[in-house]
Amino acid sequence: MLRLTYHGTTTIPVEAECLTPDNLAGKSIADVLAQPVQHGNAPVPLGEFFNADGDAGDGEVTVEGDCSRVKWIGAGMTRGRITVHGNVGMHLGSEMRGGVIHVHGSAGDWVGGEMRGGRIHVHGDAGHLAGAAYRGSRAGMRGGVILIDGRAGNEVGASMRRGLIAIGGDTGDFPGVGLIAGSVFVFGTPGVRAGAGMKRGTLAFLGPAPALLPTFRYTCTYRPVFLALYLRQLRAWGLRVEERFLGGTWKRYGGDLVGLGKGEVLVWQP
Amino acid sequence: VNVNAVPIEDTFAEAFPMTAARLVVTAATPGWARTAGQTATGYASSVIGCDAEAGIERELSADETPDGRPGVSLLMFAFSRDSLQKAIVNRVGQCVLTCPTTACYNGLPLVKERAIRVGGNLRFFGDGWQFSKLLDGRRYWRLPVMDGEFVCEDLFSTVKGVAGGNFLILGSSQETALAAAEAATLAIRAVPGVIAPFPGGVVRSGSKVGSRYKKLRASTNDAYCPGLRGLVKSALPEGVGAVYEIVIDGLELSAVEAATRAGVRAACRPGVLGISAGNYGGKLGPFHLRLHQLLSE
Repeated sequence: MLRLTYHGTTTIPVEAECLTPDNLAGKSIADVLAQPVQHGNAPVPLGEFFNADGDAGDGEVTVEGDCSRVKWIGAGMTRGRITVHGNVGMHLGSEMRGGVIHVHGSAGDWVGGEMRGGRIHVHGDAGHLAGAAYRGSRAGMRGGVILIDGRAGNEVGASMRRGLIAIGGDTGDFPGVGLIAGSVFVFGTPGVRAGAGMKRGTLAFLGPAPALLPTFRYTCTYRPVFLALYLRQLRAWGLRVEERFLGGTWKRYGGDLVGLGKGEVLVWQP
Repeated sequence: VNVNAVPIEDTFAEAFPMTAARLVVTAATPGWARTAGQTATGYASSVIGCDAEAGIERELSADETPDGRPGVSLLMFAFSRDSLQKAIVNRVGQCVLTCPTTACYNGLPLVKERAIRVGGNLRFFGDGWQFSKLLDGRRYWRLPVMDGEFVCEDLFSTVKGVAGGNFLILGSSQETALAAAEAATLAIRAVPGVIAPFPGGVVRSGSKVGSRYKKLRASTNDAYCPGLRGLVKSALPEGVGAVYEIVIDGLELSAVEAATRAGVRAACRPGVLGISAGNYGGKLGPFHLRLHQLLSE
C-alpha cells in the first residue's frame, strides 16, 4: 500500500490527475514524488504537496490530510482502491472505469463526473453535479456507483446515462435533471424540480415526498420487487438503509412528459 | 456389500453430462413460490420426451433469496445450452411470468461466456414498456404486468451437470418397494445440488434403449418387469414383486454420488430384497457410479 500524506498549505487548486493506482503502481517513492501536478498555472512535482511511503504494487493508495484543494483524485482510474482520510476537492473519480474510492470526509463538486464504472463512496457530504455530464457533453455518468452518506448539491446525476447514485441525506435542486437512464436514490429531502426533463430511469425518494413538476403523472401505488434488490445491495456496500424501507409501498409517477416520458419517480410510503 | 442386510449388486449407474441451470423463483408467499416452481418444472421428467429435465431443488427462506422474499430453487437440465435456453424461456414465460407476484433470478455464479439469455428474451412481452436495470454487473428486466411488475434476470449461468444417476429398488411387494422409494427420495431432497425429476422422484416405468417398433427410442425395461418373469430374460431375483427406479440429476458428479449414497441407504429397509442400478454396459455415459464403491465410502 502506498501512503500519501498531504502537507500543502496552498489555497490555489492542485490538479493531481496522477493520483490513481494505475499510474502509481510499480513506481519508486522518488518516482511517485516526481509525478507532475498542476498548481495554478505552473506544473510542479507531487512532492511539493505530499510525502509518500510504501508502494502501490497491490493497487492500494491511501491519502491522508485535508485535500480540499486537490482536484481529480482517482480520475480515469481502472482498478485498485483509493482511501482518503480527509476532504477532497473537485472531480473525484471523474471518468473512472473501475476500482473503488472511499473518502472519509467530504468531496467537492463533480464527484464521479461522467464515470463509466467502479464505485465511489463519500462518507461525508458532496458538492454539486455528482455523476453529472460535463458542460457540452451529451451524457453524464455511464456506469458505476456513487454513494454519498451525507448531503449532495444541485443537479445530482444530471443527464446520467447508466449507473447508480445514492444520497444518504438531502440534495440540492434538480436531482436527476435530464436523466437519460440509470437510478438515483435520495434518502433525505430533495430540492425542487426533481427529474426535470428526464427521459428514462428511476428516481427513488425515501424521505419527504418531493414537489413534482406538473409533467409527471401518478400511475399507481405498489411494491416494486426490484427496489428490494437495490436496497439490499446498497446496504451491502455500506450505505445506511433502515429496515423500514424494505417494507411499505411506493407511489409511482411517470414522466417527464416534456421528455420521452418513460422515466419513473418512486416515492416511499410507510 | 450389504446395507441393513439388503444386498447391493456389484454394478454401476451410468450417467452422462447435461447442461444445467439453477433458477431462483421468489413470490410474495411461500405458497405462490411453490406453485410457480411446481408449474415450471412440470412435464420435465426425461429428455426422452420432454424439452428438459427439471425439478424443485429445495424451498428457500426469505433471507436466502436476492429480493428477501420466500422462494424455491429449481434445477433444469438439457442436452445443450441452446436447448436449455429454449426450454427455460418457455417455462419461465408460461409458468413463472404468469404466476402472481413472482420474480425469477439466476441461481449460479454468473459466468457470461456460459450464460443463456432468459430475461433478455422474455422482455419483449413488455411491448416497449420494459425497463432494464443493471446492478453490480447483473442485468434485470422489469416487465409491467397486471399485478405490478415481473422481474427476471437477463442472463442465467449454466454448468456441465451430470444426469441419469440412478438406482433400482427391488422390493418383495409394491407396498414395500414404494415405501423404500419414498424414504429414498426424502433423503435425496436433503442433498444440495440435485433433483429427482420424475413424479415424486420415483420411476415405475424404467426403460431400455430401443424397441421392436422402429419409431420408439425407448421401451419398457422388460428384464425388471415382474409380470414378464419366465417370458423374457429376467433380471429379477426370486421373490421380487415390484421394482422402482430413482433417477438423479445434479450440478456436479459429487452431488449425484452423495444423493445416490443417501438414497440407497434410506431405501434399504425391511422388505427390500436388493438394490441394483441401470447402465448400458458403459457405452452411453462417461460417469460410472459404482454402488459398492459409493457405499463403502
